[in-house]
Parts: sequence; structure tokens; C-alpha cells
Amino acid sequence: MNKNALNRVGTLVGFVLILLWCLLPVAWIISLSFKSQEAVTNGSPGFLPQSGGGAGWQNYVDVIQDEQFRRAILNSIGISLTATILSVALATLTAYAVARLEFQGKRFVLTTALVIAMFPVVSLVGPLFDMWRTFGIYDTWIGLIIPYMSFTLPLAIWTLSAFFREIPWEMEQAAQVDGATSWQAFRKVIVPLAAPGVFTAAILTFFFAWNDFVFGISLTSTERARPIPAALSFFVGADPFNRPASLLAAGAVVATVPVILLVLFFQRKIVAGLTAGAVKG
Amino acid sequence: MATIEMKNIVKKYGDGFPAVNDVSIDVADGEFLILVGPSGCGKSTLLRMIVGLEDITSGDMVIGGERVNDLAPRDRNLAMVFQNYALYPHLTVYENIAFPLRLKKRPEKEIDEKVRQASRTLDLDEHLERKPGNLSGGQRQRVAMGRAIVRDAKAFLFDEPLSNLDAKLRGQMRTEIARLQKQLGITTVYVTHDQTEAMTLGDRVAVMKRGVLQQLASPRELYEQPVNLFVAGFIGSPPMNFLPATVEDGQVTLPFGTFPLPADKAERTAGKGLLLAGIRPEHFEDVSVMADDAVDGTRTFEAHVDVREWLGDQQYAYVPYDAEAQVQDQLRDLAREADSESLRTQLVVSLDAASGAQGDDDVTLFIDSDRLHFFDPQSGENLTVGL
Ligand SMILES: Nc1ncnc2c1ncn2[C@@H]1O[C@H](COP(=O)(O)OP(=O)(O)OP(=O)(O)O)[C@@H](O)[C@H]1O
Ligand SMILES: [Mg+2]
Repeated sequence: MNKNALNRVGTLVGFVLILLWCLLPVAWIISLSFKSQEAVTNGSPGFLPQSGGGAGWQNYVDVIQDEQFRRAILNSIGISLTATILSVALATLTAYAVARLEFQGKRFVLTTALVIAMFPVVSLVGPLFDMWRTFGIYDTWIGLIIPYMSFTLPLAIWTLSAFFREIPWEMEQAAQVDGATSWQAFRKVIVPLAAPGVFTAAILTFFFAWNDFVFGISLTSTERARPIPAALSFFVGADPFNRPASLLAAGAVVATVPVILLVLFFQRKIVAGLTAGAVKG
Repeated sequence: MATIEMKNIVKKYGDGFPAVNDVSIDVADGEFLILVGPSGCGKSTLLRMIVGLEDITSGDMVIGGERVNDLAPRDRNLAMVFQNYALYPHLTVYENIAFPLRLKKRPEKEIDEKVRQASRTLDLDEHLERKPGNLSGGQRQRVAMGRAIVRDAKAFLFDEPLSNLDAKLRGQMRTEIARLQKQLGITTVYVTHDQTEAMTLGDRVAVMKRGVLQQLASPRELYEQPVNLFVAGFIGSPPMNFLPATVEDGQVTLPFGTFPLPADKAERTAGKGLLLAGIRPEHFEDVSVMADDAVDGTRTFEAHVDVREWLGDQQYAYVPYDAEAQVQDQLRDLAREADSESLRTQLVVSLDAASGAQGDDDVTLFIDSDRLHFFDPQSGENLTVGL
């Protein structure tokens, strides 16, 4: 009894510590984003804005009203979503083939995919910069979507083919006997069953694209395609000699919100998918 | 509804191993055919060739008069129930049953009617909105059948549909399948390795061994007139007893005595040297429970009962005997082929429940030697088939 209670308290303390560790920086950014610029410049060490140092929602209003930043949000959402959708669609088809078909060069495809995923991002930036300028896709959405896809596809393929392999062959066979074409069996039976895998792959891909900074800063030159992380680094506000820390913080918060929403949404799907896919007996 | 004709069907897998070898079976319209045999004998392979999930290496598969070798499963219009049911876990029971109809783009009203009718037949009404994952084994089994019967398929194919159920449920579902098949009058091919299912369900039973069809006959004929050692040993539980035997002068000599034989059997087997005699456990009886005038003194022998199993309505007694090494080896091979545990050289006899025979007891047994079968020890062929 006593020991049990002690255990529970211990667990709780552990949780709180971990939560603090993970959430403190986030909390700090949020706190920063509500302070006024002057308060930050004068040094405002408290967690809560000191009296008179609070800026209310002003920082957010400024960020949202900034034409460049609005454009960056649009770029980030557009690029990340496109890369995610394309990558997951392609990976689903590839992974299905890898899991179900015996074809020559299957090992080759899988190994190459892994090797590509292990390439350091920076080592590709130089060549890509040159190539994209030659191809005329430097500073365009496509120019970012392509590298994002090539880095996320391998992981997505590996994740998904593991999911597909878990699904018994009889599922497709039953569907085919029931009158489905291979494509119908794939779409109506296999993909729904692999939904948790599909959403996992989607989340991973979206994160990679959304958080990327290296490609974002090197392969863009204007607000045409510049995503949020890169845009934040160009964020100078009214006074170019004085980095607007609180504005940046507000920008960072704005950049984080979609990711949190997305995770919450997909997490639901993943859990739902996991329980729906229970193949027993 | 249709006939299924298999003509010299051969299936070789990638490694060249013939999983099904030159099998020809005609299934009549509305017939219930059972495919039975030990594990790995090619039953599933044959069934999957009928339904189109497996390519046919050579031979013709004709369904309803049409050669279907090159048709995809979806164009054959057959319904199949898989061993693990293969229900779609993400769909409700209703949608599982409706699945084949939705693929055919049937109008919503027709789908609803058919699904409800199937669910009524199979007693699934209260489960229609549930997911298969939450159902019991028997309920899942019924959903799988529901998916098969909504379709107006040409034939039903079952691959060991009851093997995942416990014994009691298996009995219930077995009668249910039999009833349903009679009611729908649909051609059915049913794979099993369960004796009882094979004997009770089928109009005819095809016994296979290592890809080769051994015998295709009614359950009664299989039991009473097995064409070879394999069928004789495979059908029946406990299995037929096999004993070394020689026939001379109208008499058969077995390890525990010499008994008279009917003239026709004696004639066919005389002078063939050492044969294997087969006799079923129920063709023995304890003399002490028989009417005196029914006992023929020339057909009795003294035996030492080793172990006795009392089952209420009958009892089994085990009588060990000695045999030459060669015969022992052959019996062991036979047991392995038939998938049963290695037999000791012992006789299993089924006695009347009233018999007072005990374990480690000497009794006088009667043998109905007219019912003996004689098998060629080399080829395994039944020399006395039809007699
Ligand atoms: N995909 C395959 N590749 C190679 N050989 C196979 C394949 N599938 C089955 N076999 C072989 O074919 C033979 C027949 O297999 P099959 O599954 O038809 O047996 P079965 O009679 O259904 O047995 P069980 O009662 O165990 O289900 C076996 O020897 C098996 O090893
Ligand atoms: Mg099988």
C-alpha cells in the first residue's frame, strides 16, 4: 500500500521533471513574445512580463501584419503539405510493391533509399544550388519540394512497408475473390488497414519539411518561396540594428502552432487506425 | 450455380515440386465435395487453383462449362471462406457482408435487402454495426459465410473454415454449413483434415496424398472399400488395424491365430505371400458379451489387453502383438504418411460397453474375419476391393 503510493508519487515527480525540461523553452518563448521590445532591450529577466513591460498581443499583430512573414507562412504550409502528400502517395505505392512483390533489384531500391536518407543535408546544398539555378527552379516551391521529398521518401517507404508486411495476404486475396481488381483491393482494404503507417509517414515528412532551415535558406533568395524558419532569420523589424527578440518569439510561436495542431489531429488518427486494424485470430 | 471440372490439374511451385499432380475431379452441380488429406498434400493449393489465386501449371479448370485457367479470381464469380476468415477489420459486419455487392456497384436498396437477408439466415442481426475484431470466433465465421452467400456465386469454396474454433462450436457450425448448403443447393468444395467433417458433410470425398488423388468416393465407400493402404489408414478413428497376414487354403493366418475367409477373398489373395491385412476396431467383440449362438468358435482368439479406454457407449482395448521388423517398419511409414502418431504394433479393438474386460487382462475376442481387407505390401493396393 505504502510502497504503491510512494511509487505513484515518484512517477508523478518524474513526469513533472520531464515536462518542465521539455516545455520550459516553449514557455519561455511564449513569455518573451508577450514582452515589449523595450523591456527586452533593457533586460527583463522575469518569466512574467514586469509591469509596464508587457506588450499584450501587439507582437503578434505586428508579425501577422508583416507582409513577408505572411508570405512565409503561406510558403511553408504550401511546400510542406505538397511535399507530404506527394511523398506519402509515392511511398505508399512503393512500399506496397516492396512488401508484396518479388522483383529484381528490390534490395537495391531499399538500400539506396537508406543511403539517401543518411546523406548529410549540407553536403547536398551546394550541388543543388547550382543545379536549381541551371534548371530555373531556384527560389521556387518545386525547388524545395524535391529535396524534401527525396529526404523523407526513404523513411516513409521503410515505415510503410513494415506496416504492409503486417497485413495478411488473405486480405487482398479475399478482396480479389470478392470481385475487386488489384487496385480496388489496395485502395479499399490495404490502405485503410495501413492507415496508422500512412499517418506516421505523413507526420514525419511534414516535420522534416516544416522544420528545415538549411534548404530553406540556401535555395531561396526572395519571399517567393522562403519558408518560415528562413524568413525568421531575415526578420529585422523596424530597426535593423536591434534584433526584435520579442517579435521573433511571436513569429516562432506562430510557426509552432500549425505543427501542434497537426500532431493533435494525426495522433487521433493514428490511435483510431491502430484499434481499427486489429487483425485477431 | 455450376459444375466444376478439373482435368489433369498439375501445380508445380517455383522449386519444381509438384504440390498437385495430375488430379482430375468432376464436381456435379449442387454437389458437396470434400478434399481431405494430411498436411501438405496439396488440398489448399487445389482449392486456390479453382478460385484463381494460384496459377495452374497444366491441365484444364472448367467451371460451368467455361475454361477459367486464365481468368482472374474476380471474373470467376466464386465465393471463398478462408481459414482465418480474412474479414476486413476496418469495416463493420454490415459493410463486410456488403463488400462484394458494393464492388459490383449494386443499387443501395438491393444491397441492403441482401445483407439483411444473409444476416437473418446467419443470425447476425444484432452484430451488424460491430467491427469483426470484437466478435467471437463463431460469429466471425458466420460473417465470412455471410460475405460468401450474398453474392449469388457459382460455387462456395471453404479452406478449413472450422479449424480455428473449439470443438463444440465446430460441431454447431458444421451442421450449420451442411444446412445452408442444402438450402442454397450450391456447388461446394470444402477442404478439411478433420475426419468428422469429411465423413458427415460431403456427398463425395476426395482423399489426397502428396499431391496425388487417392480415392474419390462417397464417405461410406471410402470407409468400407478403401482402394489402398493410405486411404484405409487415413479414414476412420481410431484407424484401421494393419496386421501381417498370409492366406492359404481359404484360411488367413494372423499373428494371433488362423481364421476362415470368404471364398472370393481367399481366391484373390491366395499364394501371394506376406500381405497386410486390415480390419477396423469395430469388427472385433468380446465373446463374453455376445449371444452364444452368434459365436463361431473358429473366429475367436485369446488376447492380452494392455490398456482399456472406457467411453461410456463403447470402449477401446489395446492388444499388443509381435511382428517382424519389416512389417513394423512398414506400419511406421504408414502412420507417418497418414499424419497420425507412430503406431506401436498393437491392435485397437472396440468392445461393447458392457464388456468387463480390464487393463492387463486376458480376454477371448471374436474377429469378424469376413471384413478383412488385404493389401499388397509393396504397392499398398487393396487386393480385395469390391468384395
Ligand atoms: N508458395 C509456395 N511455394 C512453394 N511451395 C509451396 C507453396 N505453397 C505451398 N507449397 C507446397 O505445396 C505443398 C502443398 O501445400 P498446401 O498448402 O496445398 O497443403 P495443404 O494440403 O493445404 O496442407 P495443410 O493441411 O497444412 O493446409 C506443400 O508441400 C507445400 O510445401
Ligand atoms: Mg491448407
